[in-house]
Amino acid sequence: MKTIIPKDIKKDFPIFTREIHGKPLVYLDSASTSQKPKQVIDTEKEYYERMNANIHRGVYKLSEEATLAYEDAHRKVARLINAKFKEIIFTKNTTESINLLAYTLGQKLKKGDEILITAMEHHSNLVPWQQVAKRAGATLKIMQVNKQGELIVDDKLFTKKTKIVAFSHVSNVLGTINPVQEIIQKAHAVGALVVLDAAQSVPHMPVDVQDLDVDFMAFSSHKMLGPTGIGVLYGKQALLEVLNPFLFGGDMIREVKFEDTTFNDLPWKFEAGTPNIAGAIAFGAAVDYLMNMGLKNIEQHEQELLRYAHEQLAKVKGLTLYGPKDLTKKSGIVAFNMEGIHSHDVSSIVDQEGICIRGGHHCAMPLIKELKLEAACRVSFYLYNTKEDIDRLVKALEKVRQVFL
Amino acid sequence: MNEMYMEEILEHYKHPLNKGKIAQPDIHYHDANPLCGDELDIFIKLDKDKKIIDIKTEAKGCAISQAATSMVSEELKGKTVEEVRKLNKEFVFNLLHIPLSIMRVKCALLSLTTIKKGIYKYLGEQFNDSE
Repeated sequence: MKTIIPKDIKKDFPIFTREIHGKPLVYLDSASTSQKPKQVIDTEKEYYERMNANIHRGVYKLSEEATLAYEDAHRKVARLINAKFKEIIFTKNTTESINLLAYTLGQKLKKGDEILITAMEHHSNLVPWQQVAKRAGATLKIMQVNKQGELIVDDKLFTKKTKIVAFSHVSNVLGTINPVQEIIQKAHAVGALVVLDAAQSVPHMPVDVQDLDVDFMAFSSHKMLGPTGIGVLYGKQALLEVLNPFLFGGDMIREVKFEDTTFNDLPWKFEAGTPNIAGAIAFGAAVDYLMNMGLKNIEQHEQELLRYAHEQLAKVKGLTLYGPKDLTKKSGIVAFNMEGIHSHDVSSIVDQEGICIRGGHHCAMPLIKELKLEAACRVSFYLYNTKEDIDRLVKALEKVRQVFL
Repeated sequence: MNEMYMEEILEHYKHPLNKGKIAQPDIHYHDANPLCGDELDIFIKLDKDKKIIDIKTEAKGCAISQAATSMVSEELKGKTVEEVRKLNKEFVFNLLHIPLSIMRVKCALLSLTTIKKGIYKYLGEQFNDSE
């Protein structure tokens, strides 16, 4: 399959001029955070050098420019996921977006209500619901996974008591692409609201909130070429209108008296205080970059890398791959272990070759336990990775084997 | 290259000393390293002078943490709980004598920290993390 991701794309990313331990950097940890193209870095720098002013306040030219650029970033994100401008709330990250929902939706929970999550959630989509359930006297129910790390969508889990169904689009450990539409339909059939953790999907594939009919969705800028400290909460307008604000203060108000306050319009009702203006504008540049490359192209590029990685890694002696065998059900994330070698030892040794991979439990301790592992190595791809990166990894893994032989 | 994985470290990793349990230990403590999910159980038998006469460990984890557990546990035999309490991270670094990256220091220290936590609990005192 031919893709149109440029062969020399690494040139856009200044970090790839760096050497690590005297070797050119191979970055295979984009599921954790992505690298940033020059366009994004320059946009943030330019904001501070040319446009820095607070938004929604000053009536002077500079503030107007900053305000327009900040709002425009919302529009870009809305376009990316086929949402409305009013439905895009900027937060700090996916974790904050989910906490916002856990807090506000949680206020409406009653004793005996059920929250359904899955066994493959990142701690950020588990702990907030677990804590909210405890406070409200609600029950946290878990959708289980099979040995390949695929969800077992059991109809019995969806009941009249189910109020919230929160789950990830793509597993951050195994790369499993979950049957989002099926789960959303089942949730809606019992009147539950759906919260989708899209931190690992929006950066890597086309995601259309209207197609999915998802109620709320969260993702982070830093995993999709943008800066850290900026995240997104999408919500259907009608739902956001009736939801109470999460944080109170400046910018989220319309009129304040000592007795009471009327809140601002969407999305500002949920964006209290001076936000990460520079980060948001640079995030907008990241979205431009991604849309210019085409999410479909990025998805195909990663599929190609995934297939190649599976072929090559399967040749490494003593290496076990985890996750779905059907690669069409898998995003560009590969989890594996080498026999008798802890994932942190693998990571340390390949680091000596200039290669960044992850070891450990990947903020998903229950899933790791569920799969009966202690930890796992994880490599994850993005649009700037190449087959040569995988070749370098395979060579380094052979070295790991030699060390432990 | 791979100075972190010297022969001696790998030998301890592959053939750890003092592996196992003690049926009725005077001290038992379980701890985990949140970064990597490494887990460790230590069992200690003391004589009447509170001297360590036997120590056993059950560990899951990387080569660095396992080798450190093996070396540290062996070194502590015959020491009193008071002596062990005074040991610091330099003690572990001197045993391992390998260059450790910042991220891996925690792996190396898990065993001594767990043992000290066990001793503090045994003595009915609060463990102070700044040590």
